[in-house]
Order: sequence, then C-alpha cells, then structure tokens
Amino acid sequence: MAETRYTKDHEYIRIEGDTGTVGISDYAQGQLGDVVFVELPAVGKALAKGGEAAVVESVKAASEVYAPVSGEVVEVNAELEAAPGTVNEDPAGKGWFLKIKLKDAAELESLMGEEEYQNYVKTL
Amino acid sequence: MATEAALSDAAGSDAAPLKTPLHARHVTLGGKMVPFAGYDMPVQYPTGILTEHNWTREKAGLFDVSHMGQCFLIGPDHETTARALEALIPADIVNLAPGKQRYSQLLNEEGGILDDLMVTRSIDPDEDGALYLVVNAACKDADYAHIEARLPANVKLVKAEHRALIALQGPGAEAALAAIAPEAAEMGFMTSRTMKVAGHKANVSRSGYTGEDGYEISAAATKIGEIWDTLLLDANVKPIGLGARDSLRLEAGLCLYGHDIDTTTSPVEAGLNWSIQKRRREEGGFPGAARIQREFADGVSRIRVGLKPEGRAPAREGSEIATPEGEIVGKVTSGGFGPTLNGPCAMGYVAKAHSAPGTQLNLIVRGKPLPAVVAAMPFVPNGYKR
Repeated sequence: MAETRYTKDHEYIRIEGDTGTVGISDYAQGQLGDVVFVELPAVGKALAKGGEAAVVESVKAASEVYAPVSGEVVEVNAELEAAPGTVNEDPAGKGWFLKIKLKDAAELESLMGEEEYQNYVKTL
Repeated sequence: MATEAALSDAAGSDAAPLKTPLHARHVTLGGKMVPFAGYDMPVQYPTGILTEHNWTREKAGLFDVSHMGQCFLIGPDHETTARALEALIPADIVNLAPGKQRYSQLLNEEGGILDDLMVTRSIDPDEDGALYLVVNAACKDADYAHIEARLPANVKLVKAEHRALIALQGPGAEAALAAIAPEAAEMGFMTSRTMKVAGHKANVSRSGYTGEDGYEISAAATKIGEIWDTLLLDANVKPIGLGARDSLRLEAGLCLYGHDIDTTTSPVEAGLNWSIQKRRREEGGFPGAARIQREFADGVSRIRVGLKPEGRAPAREGSEIATPEGEIVGKVTSGGFGPTLNGPCAMGYVAKAHSAPGTQLNLIVRGKPLPAVVAAMPFVPNGYKR
C-alpha cells in the first residue's frame, strides 16, 4: 500500500516502490488560496532534499515548493499548466506536481506520517 | 513550501492591530484577517480572491475601507480652503464645482508623491469652505501632520475619526444602492452627495478603486454596520476582501501608493498628467512645481507602463525589466494574475525609449527572462458611469 509522508513545509510524498509522487497538502492549498500558475522542473533534474522543486503562485503570492527527499525527477504533471486550479480542487490526487526517483529511502524517516502531520497542522 | 506574504505588511505590527467598526462582521463572515497598514483586515472571505474578483466585475462587491483616512479642511470660504490645499497638491481645486470630486497627490518639495488622495467639495452651500479628503491608511498620520503644518491660520484640518467608509463596486452597485437610497442612481462619476442610506445620513460619492462603476459611502462608525448589513441583504452584493481589491485595481491600471508611486516618483513619471489641470500646469504654485513643469515641457526619462507577460507566469513587484538584448531598463512595481484578463499583468517604470505600447521586453522572474509586451492600461475596460 502506498504510504504518504509530509514535510513541515506542507509538501507530501506518496511512496510507490522506489518512486514518490510529490504535491502540496490540502492545508497548504487552503492557505495559498486560488492557484493560478505552477512552474515545474525539467524531467531528469536532480533535486536535493529541501531544495527548490517547483513554484506555485496564487493570486496573492508566489511560493516555493521544496523537494521532500533527494532524487531525480522522472515525471511532471503537465496538466497543471492549463489547469493550475486542480491544485486547489484535488491536491492529493490530480493536483500532484512531480514524481521523483528516490536516491536514499532513509531520508523518508525524517518526514511525518499521516497522523503526525494532521496533528502538526492542528497546532498551526 | 514557503510563501512571501504579499498582501500583509509589517506596519504597526509591534502594536496591537486596530479594528474597523466592521471587524466583528468580517470575522462572522469568515474573513481571513491579516495585518494591513496597522489594521486587522479581511484579505479574503471563504469563497476566495478569484471568486470575489469575478463577483465584483459581474455583480457588486462590498468593501470595508474604513482603515483609510478621512478628514476635512475647513476654512471661511471655498476659495480660501482650496488655495490652502492647492499649495500642497497639483490639482485645480479652486475651480472644483460643488458636489464634485477630484483625484490628486500630496507632493514633497522635489515633486515626489507623499500620498495620493481624493478631494471632494461639498454640494451643500452651508458647507462652503469645507473640503473632504480621503487618504491612504498607511500614510494618514504623516499626511495630517504634513498638511496641518502648512495650513494658514484660518484653515483647520479636522479628522473624521468617528466615520467609517465602505465601497460598493461593480455593475450591480447602482441597483443595489438605489434600492435603499434612490438618489444614488442620478449621480455621475466623481460626484458626491449627502443622502440617507438605510435610514442613516451618509456622504456618497460615485467613485472607487476597481475600475467598475460604484460608490464610496462614508457614514458614522456607529451606523456603518447597519448600512453594511442592509446592502448585504441584496443577493447581488457580497463582501470582498483586500486581495480582490488589489487584483481589481491592478487590472484597472490604478496606482497603489508605496508600490507604483512613492516619494521618488513624480505624477508625470507615474502617468498621472490627467490629474494636473491646465491652470496648475501653467501657474505652478505647488511643491516640486519646477520639476513637474520641466517634465511637462521636456518629457521624463522613465515612465509607468502596463506590462503583459506572454505566458501564464505572473511577474511580481521587484522583478527587473530588460530589453531582449539583456539591458536592464526598469522594474515592476505591481504585478500578479488578472482574473478577468485570465492571465498575468503588471505595471512598472521603464526608460522612456522602451515605453511605447507593443514594445517587447523581458521581465526577470526567478532569474529567467519572461517575455512581455508593453500594454495600454487599463488591462480591463472600465465601467465608470460618465
């Protein structure tokens, strides 16, 4: 079963084997408001854990999306270019940003599980 | 994820934020409250900025702008008060007819803009000699001190702190306000009247900051809640936050003080020539007149222009503007996504040689050149009642 883990900066990564699907949490999309533009990295780009992976812009501001783990970008969600609002409508599903091939699965241990993240959000 | 909060600011953050008389209503309506110019203000309500923006363009949006500064200049007669104000601003106020309103700027000695403001002459002959001013929230204390220090002994500045201010904007504004104040329908753009709104005395002007037809309604702080509630009973009227106020004014090509205009920009550089009437251009007699008359005669070296990025990516305030060859020729002062335009738009200052509509430029966004074209403003046609 796919497991989803979260950063304190509200990115999620859903793990399927050695690949993870990265997006922003429902809490994050709610804080951002209406998403109007998403800038995605090139396929093949090497990302470092905590480094900039993408940019998401709402009407009011631009935000950086950080890589939850290190690895290589193997796919990006090109649908977001024409329909950035998908990030608001379905952040955990069709609103995903990119898929990353994990470099070091041990990095996942520093991320929060579902329950821990939901508890963390309640403290904000 | 890390966000630069563009619409809140730090001004007054060390003190407890002030609340407008409508604060509790914003909270009840689900407003997302942020610090703005020392006030705790709604940046949006639960439907969000896009929906609020579009609602205002299609129906009618209701805004709380009570944080703005309202004051009166009171002198013995119109000419005396008007001349006192004309010593500080470049607009013709002496010839402003009763019941008319004018946009202008408070200027420093170098012709830079200390603030922009609306000036209204009362339609009531009993109030001859009084001018009503509305200034920006973040500037109001400095503005009042600046004005007071320069008034002659027979003209006084009286703050209207007991008043609140709301704006009703959009194509549905006339029907919504006329339903409770029929006189409002007869008003022309940039005129002002006193009337009863929901049973309370109010000063109503036909103006605003969205590019749409609409009104600003000034009334006692103790009564504004009833006026607000009554307007919201109309199914076409919804509350709108500061987020949509900003995207609406950006599409309308209107300046935001502290961003598109400030003490380093002159009204001519800002493209506000239309707000300086012929008599003032010729006679001068306002701060910085020498510079501004020179700019009228010889032109300016840089000017505010509209910019339309070609792709979907917005260019924000601070982005550098470059020629296709890479020469930096200016900077973006406001930029974002225009919901009605369904695309990004921006404004900024560029060297005069690159200011003609249609000029191809690049906006530097996250280190990369983003192709854009100089575009006439407003980006969205305005709906003013002429």
